[in-house]
Amino acid sequence: MSRLSATFARLQNEGRQGLVSYVVAGDPSPSGTVGLLHQLVAAGADILEVGVPFSDPMAEGSVIQKGHERALANGMSLQGVLDIVTVFRQEDQQTPIIMMGYANPIERFGYEAFAAAGAKAGVDGLITVDLPPEEVDAIDTALKAVALDNIFLISPTTPTARIETIVERARGFIYCVAVKGVTGSGNLDANEVARNVAVIRSKTALPVAVGFGIKDAASARAVAAVADAVVVGSALIDAMVRVTEHEPAATESQVHAAAVALLESIRLGMDSSPS
Amino acid sequence: MTIEITPELFASVPDAHGRFGHFGGKFVAETLMSALSDLEALYARLKDDAAFRREFDTDLAHYVGRPSPLYEASRLSDAIGGGRIYLKREDLNHTGAHKVNNTIGQALLAKHMGKRRVIAETGAGQHGVATATVAARLGLECHVFMGEEDIRRQSLNVYRMKLLGAEVVPVTSGSRTLKDAMNEALRDWVTRVDDTFYIIGTVAGPHPYPMLVRDFQSVIGREARVQSLAQAGKLPDALVACVGGGSNAIGLFHPFLQDTEVAMYGVEAGGKGLETGAHAAPLSVGSPGVLHGNRTYLMQDDDGQILDTHSVSAGLDYPGVGPEHAWLKDIGRVNYVVANDDEALAAFHRLTRVEGIMPALETAHAMAYAERLAAEMSPDEHIIVNLSGRGDKDILTVAAIEGIEV
Repeated sequence: MSRLSATFARLQNEGRQGLVSYVVAGDPSPSGTVGLLHQLVAAGADILEVGVPFSDPMAEGSVIQKGHERALANGMSLQGVLDIVTVFRQEDQQTPIIMMGYANPIERFGYEAFAAAGAKAGVDGLITVDLPPEEVDAIDTALKAVALDNIFLISPTTPTARIETIVERARGFIYCVAVKGVTGSGNLDANEVARNVAVIRSKTALPVAVGFGIKDAASARAVAAVADAVVVGSALIDAMVRVTEHEPAATESQVHAAAVALLESIRLGMDSSPS
Repeated sequence: MTIEITPELFASVPDAHGRFGHFGGKFVAETLMSALSDLEALYARLKDDAAFRREFDTDLAHYVGRPSPLYEASRLSDAIGGGRIYLKREDLNHTGAHKVNNTIGQALLAKHMGKRRVIAETGAGQHGVATATVAARLGLECHVFMGEEDIRRQSLNVYRMKLLGAEVVPVTSGSRTLKDAMNEALRDWVTRVDDTFYIIGTVAGPHPYPMLVRDFQSVIGREARVQSLAQAGKLPDALVACVGGGSNAIGLFHPFLQDTEVAMYGVEAGGKGLETGAHAAPLSVGSPGVLHGNRTYLMQDDDGQILDTHSVSAGLDYPGVGPEHAWLKDIGRVNYVVANDDEALAAFHRLTRVEGIMPALETAHAMAYAERLAAEMSPDEHIIVNLSGRGDKDILTVAAIEGIEV
């Protein structure tokens, strides 16, 4: 059983919803990312989503965009992200890791070479924002060959017929985009999310994670009421940025602590949800 | 690549997936996929619809001022002493460049879709102005995304857009030029996809944009073909156009693609010289990759990160290029060459002084190469250069480079 399947099975047994944390590899620093990932797990993350920085992250809001820019300025690369996962795996063999990024760095690396390197490093799944089902055949073949899950986004604009096409190809879980917009958008409508998740569930038995626009315990609790997992990204990065803005001399552990504290509060909020 | 060049070949692209050989496609976030499908379906229905064609042609005739003349640059040709140079005068279009051919077409599509808000990216500002113009005429809300660096160097066009009622949104991410403006426009579109039509300014982006922008711009080549036969008595021996994203070049080239005796040259921005790395010439020295919704030649590093570009002309300052150009390069139908900043500046001055026509700095790259080419040709041969835009917008840039205060 894959780490992802095992995690969702465990969550179901425990009657809990999963918490997925997103940070950009190399932000705020390349040397700190492994430690931050371990801290996020300790704070309650069930699945780690690791952003692969790209120069032109067209689906990201400004908070994550700037994270990508900082990571690249710090010299982070796709190989660097794989190295981070390798080091993380030396101490944690249970927590699933999803890489999330854009097609070009992976295409440049080579789909087969990437799949092999990802599997070896201990990556469990991949979200490539700009590879919709129409463009995914080549990488899908490479990922399947090494049993890596290719995870697809379904958005509020995805027609029902298209949802069927997507879930046929999907593995691991479905990533349901909560809002029409970029990452970190506001105005999450819990009722609309509930409707969209219900449509997805009518088409697949795969677990459904909901992300985009979840920024605190209240929005996480609202979404957790209908989803199998909740993804938090921009809010964690924003929390870290605020520390540095307030106190430029803050240490890295102080910066990380802000993200960890926010994730703990979200975990607490979700687990207190009446389910 | 071993592809036999037949007339059918050029009619076969893009295929149903929006691909030109290995290039093109629809590499976008899921949220945009249904908007692209809707656009594709609408365009498939309208492109051969007689009423739609009539609407488009009428606007081009009475609003843009088409057909644009094909002008023989006699003094310039005499001075060079080789092949004759003809200029396809897109600079005489309303708003001063070829860009308006496309914004008229896409605005009609927006109208048919009932979208009341249009957005655009712009580099030099010509596409932004052309979009703001059609938006004003149709009473549409218009937002133009423009890199902060380009806002600085194209201040005249920024003010023109504001006069036309558009909001110019400064883009401060990345290199603050055209590619970042396109990222930001895509982000806006994702957020407002229900009520917004994205008027892309070049033959790049996800399918169906490269196809429909090509179709709207092909009026340039269709006219030039007829005019060349009427005025020179034969097809041109060569076509020359500058290539940033590549819309003016495709517009001129496309109706001639099956005329294999017509040589074609797409001129990229050589910037400070290819050897310096400070240029915008992905077809000349780039490699295939995925950016802004399509697979094409890109300027990128070994990690697949997109590189900063440099050109004296904001409109060519882009690290990618339309996917059809990538394909035309690979099958060998079009030659892609470069002209550097200083060559373009020299050509800008020469055309201004010798013919009384001030070209845009983008266009000046095509002129620079056409002069080189004409020198190697005989007087019974002729070249058509797409004079894609006028240079009024660039005079402050030229003055600044030459240390002149205006």
